[in-house]
Amino acid sequence: MKRLLLGIAAFAGLVLASSQAWSADKLLNASYDVGRELFVAVNKAFVAKHPGVTIDQSHAGTSAQARAIAEGLAADVVTFNQVTDVDFLVKKGLVSADWQKDFPDNASPFYSLPSFLVRAGNPKHIKDWNDLVRDDVQVIFPNPKTSGNARYTYLAATAYAKEAFKGDDAKVKEFITKLFNNVPIFDTGGRAATTTFVQREIGDVLITFESETRGIRKEYGDDKFEQVTPSVSLLAEFPVAIVDKVVDQHGSRDLAKSYLDFLYTPEGQDIAANNGLRARDAAVAAKYKADFPDVRLLTVEEVFGGWDKVQKEHFAAGGLLDQAYGSR
Amino acid sequence: MADPEIISYEPQHESRSAAVTESRPVRITLTLLTLAFLVIFLLLPLIIVFKEAFAKGVGAYFASLGDADTRSAIRLTLLVAAIAVPLNLIFGLSAAWAIAKFEFKGKAFLTTLIDLPFSVSPVISGLVYVLLFGAQGLLGEWLKAHGIQILFAVPGIVLATVFVTFPFVARELIPLMQEQGNGDEEAALSLGANGWQAFWYVTLPNIKWGLLYGVLLCNARAMGEFGAVSVVSGHIRGLTNTMPLHVEILYNEYNAVGAFAVASLLAGLALVTLVLKTLLEMRYGAEIAATRGH
Repeated sequence: MKRLLLGIAAFAGLVLASSQAWSADKLLNASYDVGRELFVAVNKAFVAKHPGVTIDQSHAGTSAQARAIAEGLAADVVTFNQVTDVDFLVKKGLVSADWQKDFPDNASPFYSLPSFLVRAGNPKHIKDWNDLVRDDVQVIFPNPKTSGNARYTYLAATAYAKEAFKGDDAKVKEFITKLFNNVPIFDTGGRAATTTFVQREIGDVLITFESETRGIRKEYGDDKFEQVTPSVSLLAEFPVAIVDKVVDQHGSRDLAKSYLDFLYTPEGQDIAANNGLRARDAAVAAKYKADFPDVRLLTVEEVFGGWDKVQKEHFAAGGLLDQAYGSR
Repeated sequence: MADPEIISYEPQHESRSAAVTESRPVRITLTLLTLAFLVIFLLLPLIIVFKEAFAKGVGAYFASLGDADTRSAIRLTLLVAAIAVPLNLIFGLSAAWAIAKFEFKGKAFLTTLIDLPFSVSPVISGLVYVLLFGAQGLLGEWLKAHGIQILFAVPGIVLATVFVTFPFVARELIPLMQEQGNGDEEAALSLGANGWQAFWYVTLPNIKWGLLYGVLLCNARAMGEFGAVSVVSGHIRGLTNTMPLHVEILYNEYNAVGAFAVASLLAGLALVTLVLKTLLEMRYGAEIAATRGH
């Protein structure tokens, strides 16, 4: 009986303790699943400038993060890799509707793009998107139905095809279907696709964010893989936003703002570039020019008319993605 | 000098082995199959965990275990087990006691209820807590008004773990206590013991091995639970990341050494559990056989 009471007391203590854990000199940053190294470095630099401040990090797939925040995960700021997941928070009334105007560059302090990773020496001579539909090339990327990463791949390939075939929809569809036919395995997520390509040694080219290829080469050997940047790709924004409801409750709005502002400073930009993301700051971009080959970037707005339209036309059940994926 | 007794045993021995109908090749094949299965599905994965963990040397292994986030994940896992296991020990004991020793209405229903966590996918049990305690959930508004954070904090993780490990102790004890019946307790009571004494001096010694076994299993699951905890954790590094969740995150970040180093600790825990169980059985084998029903 005594032990039971002790257990209940301990549990009650925990509930109370965790309810008082918040204050104005503390931030929780809910971020995407592979952003840890970046934010470890960012937080260290930020805390050095703001002594006494604590930044906690939560990392997971950003759709799961958005859902968790809607259910009460008390994140003061989000640093996502999918614009649509911030829009989900807008719909839930947690983030203001014009969040993209709160910070420069569409509230995306850095960016990346779908890019290629090939085996050392590039034995299949893969240079651009049109090489991916060749009969002798096997392509690896995850299932666009389940992976945000692969949706970018799908959209980038579609954007390329739209240009190449001058908007001939039938030919674009044929191109995408051919591309899908060259994928031997559709994994559910980016990490699993990497394993397929790197450890099971299936496929000739892995398509993923350029920021990811750096981590893969670092972990599995710089000499085993080469990065290939296509001639054209799609701008992948890394949106940041303040979660209004949470900062109002914590009284942490000022700190949240200066934290996200810090990402735009030369120091913050340098850290991002150092972690494989392309910087907005011209001086920093020039400094890391060698790591980031020139590429022409299209945006979802100009090619597809915005994310809402993409959602309806491409990703909804029975949409263009389903049609291409189903006709494999 | 030949002992006729022994010789006379020989044919009997032969006939006994002949009574096992399988021929020698079949027996060898079956044994080999079992061994191969064990090696492929149990031993090899275990070896790979340690191989990957030490892939970059002993230094890298201990460096990744010394990481602040990893240490906090270990601490949290130990804390959660330290709360969940005693709670389920008490609950399992009382439930088994009630079910095995007394007759009451709804007993069958209670037994089914105890089994529920076994039949529900852990992810679903996690989601149920989200629906219950989440900001948009049933109790969300009330909790928020009172400033209590359950979800995405330690209490939520403890709740999910308690739920998932609910049946282990009770399931182990119910058949055992049912088999033993009420005879010993009735004797104790008739000799003047009160209820508490009967439990402490008669029931508990009878079930201690089953209880210990249940607690070991419960503990292993409490530390290893992934699905339910993943849903309610919020994945905040240093605060709400348990060891299994930390393994996944490290792996996703291409930090194989870190991921497998933590995994090796979990595997080590499983091994310790196994060794403890084996040692207990070796030391108290006869007693365990007598007091463990199955």
